[in-house]
Amino acid sequence: MARKSRCCPRSAVARLALSGPLDVRLLTGGLSVGEALAAFNAAHPQAGGVASFLGKVRPGAGESPVKALELTHYEPLTLSGMEQLAGQAFARFALDGVLVWHRIGVLTPGEGIVLVAAAARHRRGALEAVDFLMDHLKSAAWLWKRERRGSGWHWIEPRAEDHAALARWQ
Amino acid sequence: MTVRIVFLGPLRDVAGEAQHEARAPLDWTGLLAAVGPQIAEQLHGERVHIACAGKVIADKTALLAQDGEEVALLPPVSGG
Repeated sequence: MARKSRCCPRSAVARLALSGPLDVRLLTGGLSVGEALAAFNAAHPQAGGVASFLGKVRPGAGESPVKALELTHYEPLTLSGMEQLAGQAFARFALDGVLVWHRIGVLTPGEGIVLVAAAARHRRGALEAVDFLMDHLKSAAWLWKRERRGSGWHWIEPRAEDHAALARWQ
Repeated sequence: MTVRIVFLGPLRDVAGEAQHEARAPLDWTGLLAAVGPQIAEQLHGERVHIACAGKVIADKTALLAQDGEEVALLPPVSGG
């Protein structure tokens, strides 16, 4: 007795279609990691490996937990800068594809802020590309971040280790 | 005949406004005068960049914004 079902395994692979080797987005709504990675994987069948990183809002510790995080951008620069960065990673690590999705707006602890993924023939290129992309997004993309704690909003300054991490690639 | 000055990130709090209209054309000296002493001091440092008409300019002091253009003041970034 076959059960009636409109769902088949193949249709669950990727509902979202990505076009081209570089998929760079600024998102105002939620970031669906599973859907993004399924689509990215489906878009690069020739790759030998896909590496990814999801950055999330930390809840904070101790007496002043983070209640919210806000990311602002500058329309004329931010997305085009991220596209350039994705292009650099694509060329430098001989990738098959790059995905760079960044949230803007107000987020709460546990939510995804940034998702990057790299598809390559071999794992080293994919892993290094993700590291490269994150180091640049942290301190060389046109984004500004502030946190709301008990005492109000506080802007986040780039840390010395963020600059050191970036310098590794120069 | 105006140039719009846009304050990004923490500079918005210092300015007390998100943007400010200034008379065109606007050069470096005009910008410093338009934004007030606190922001002018930060502009003198290396950490704040300036974009004019959607492009980051390499030499801030060479700024020359024309009527209808936007000048963005870009403090140190923090993404990811």
